Amino acid sequence: MLGLSAKDTRFLLIVVFLTLATPFLLQPFPETSSLAQFNAGYPDLMQKFAIFGIFAIGFNILFGLTGYLSFGHAAFLGVGSYTVVWMYKLLGYNVLPGLVLAIIISALFALVIGFISLRRSGIYFSILTLAFAQMSYNLAYSVLTPITNGETGLQVYLNDPQILMGENSPTSPHLFGIVMRDSTQIQMGDWLFTMNNGYYFCAVIAIIAFYISLRIFRSPFGMMLRAIKTNQTRMNYTGLNSRPYTLAAFVISGMYAGLAGGLLAAMDPLAGAERMQWTASGEVVLMTILGGAGTLMGPVLGAGFIKYCENIFSKINDGVLHGWFAFMPDGIEDLIVAMIHPFVGKGWHLTLGILFMLVVIFLPGGLVEGGQRVARLFRRNKKAGPGDKDPEHHPKQAPHVAE
Amino acid sequence: MDAILLQILNGLDKGSAYALIALGLTLIFGTLGVVNFAHGALFMIGAFCAVVMQRLLNLSYEVVDPTRTDFLGNPLKVQMPYVESWFGTEFGGGLIEWSVPLSILLAIPVMVGLGFAMERGLIKHFYKRPHADQILVTFGLAIVLQEIIKYFFGANPIPTTSPDLFSGSFDFGVLLGFDPNTIIYPYWRMVYFLFALIIIGGVFSFLQFTTFGMVVRAGMADRETVGLLGINIDRRFTIMFGLAAAVAGLAGVMYAPILSPNYHMGMDFLVLSFVVVVVGGMGSLPGAVLAGFLLGILQSFASMNEVKSIIPGIDQVIIYLIAIIILLTRPRGLMGRKGVMED
Repeated sequence: MLGLSAKDTRFLLIVVFLTLATPFLLQPFPETSSLAQFNAGYPDLMQKFAIFGIFAIGFNILFGLTGYLSFGHAAFLGVGSYTVVWMYKLLGYNVLPGLVLAIIISALFALVIGFISLRRSGIYFSILTLAFAQMSYNLAYSVLTPITNGETGLQVYLNDPQILMGENSPTSPHLFGIVMRDSTQIQMGDWLFTMNNGYYFCAVIAIIAFYISLRIFRSPFGMMLRAIKTNQTRMNYTGLNSRPYTLAAFVISGMYAGLAGGLLAAMDPLAGAERMQWTASGEVVLMTILGGAGTLMGPVLGAGFIKYCENIFSKINDGVLHGWFAFMPDGIEDLIVAMIHPFVGKGWHLTLGILFMLVVIFLPGGLVEGGQRVARLFRRNKKAGPGDKDPEHHPKQAPHVAE
Repeated sequence: MDAILLQILNGLDKGSAYALIALGLTLIFGTLGVVNFAHGALFMIGAFCAVVMQRLLNLSYEVVDPTRTDFLGNPLKVQMPYVESWFGTEFGGGLIEWSVPLSILLAIPVMVGLGFAMERGLIKHFYKRPHADQILVTFGLAIVLQEIIKYFFGANPIPTTSPDLFSGSFDFGVLLGFDPNTIIYPYWRMVYFLFALIIIGGVFSFLQFTTFGMVVRAGMADRETVGLLGINIDRRFTIMFGLAAAVAGLAGVMYAPILSPNYHMGMDFLVLSFVVVVVGGMGSLPGAVLAGFLLGILQSFASMNEVKSIIPGIDQVIIYLIAIIILLTRPRGLMGRKGVMED
């Protein structure tokens, strides 16, 4: 189906099912229970899952396949956001023209930056992309204020032209009348499910993005990118110029990032320069590595994992902790709360940093590899394992020759 | 003319900080072949050594001052720092005032210890791993160090003061025959520049004139052969890592009065220092120092109003722009050696 093998079709169908059922799957605890705070089925968070999933899928096409580690992808995210908000200002609140233009403009950006950065590889490439991203960030904050509105961030004002705005057009982002922030709520017993238009819009786009990345992974082009990662020198010796391929991968992943940035602005009509800061670039690297670089599902898992933990961990405060450990004697309770305290709430970044280090040190293949190790452990107990069936989902520690 | 001189002077202190951090980065890179993204965090921790020292010296207890009363007529309680009660007001007060230079004594053991711990505990296991993994794990470490500091010291910048002796400004203009008040330069920045020169000179002469340094240089050129000669080169490289950490830490300590330490100052400096290293040439110590001062001065030139009126925003991007130009025209940097980090 759709040019995929039977196995990939099954894989894609599972992903489609999981994505569409997210509002139900992430709401496992009833509203009245004390575990309700672990529910993730609210629109804001689910939209982030889908959007950052797209961002990470795109980053993975560059880093996972070619091994080029870009530290400047947030620049494209910012460009996408700014483009969409500008389209709101000029045309109206329909998201479609903005998103299309966001992809085109971020592709142009990626083409320029990639053309220059890809002349070097390894650490030099990382630093060049970092320099470009920091440059865009600094410019967005200072000189480009007429375009980016500087520190305030770009937003839509009442006196903007909005030439396509009709009498009855919604006054928030919409797709031909379907307002993004509207949701349908279903009450089933104690469970409350929210089906948000914005989430489903992002989800459909995410599925398309995933499908495209699946096709790229299976295509001769994807093979070529993997060959570049494995041994670029040998590729060059065979008389092949690898730069067009890496540039194409860079532009594609830039387009994904632009699309993700555009979607961020489609959910919430704001764009700020902080989206371009290098910590934002670092975040997508974290997501990809944490999930498993070079695997199909890894980046999406990583993005979901980080965004989920960010939301849940930062909500836990001392009061919640005391509630959990209330059954213990007072002294021990206070001790445990004091021990956990630095890692939750505002200290969530500390947990993230430690987690990230542990993953890089012990599990270079990320969560996907971790899952496979556990699965193999169980399988071995039953009978001797059949070995790696699908090399795609068993990332070996790949030799990074593009360093 | 005086405006140009002023900008050169203004660039010197920032350039010194860049040069010192880049020197440490290059030392680590040249010896161990590791790209250390946590080096900015070491700079930041150095700056917080100054904060800790200031707090330690200001630890105090309450005493009743019999000579003064508060507005209700009760005897007034005043804070009496322990050092003042131990060493007398004059010497103790002096100690408090000189807390930033004194924290060098604290920073050296702390930074060297931290450097050893980092190298033995973490980075040692990454020599055989690809550079991308080294970048990622040190990036993670930088986040962790930064968050630990944030947990203990909060997110706001903590002002630290330089000794009163250096708090004023120096009128360079008079010295050079210009009108008074044209070239004014704070004393502390001059101290910082001289301090940086001393450290840089110290590191270079250590490498150049001692046997230890000679072995390290030999190891940088050909690690394997030095190892074959029966020299434990790994241990020496570990010591060099400690030294590089100390250089970054000292740069941070003395920078505290110029820029109040906050938990993310390391990251801000790190990005720029990497650019400095790349411009200077990976693995070249003189290149790192030269590029550090050069970029510092160029940055302060770019922030002149005359320049900004011609090319708006140039002050924000000049460093990155230069890095891009250098990398594309001279891929090895200004003074890079052949064979270091080539593709």
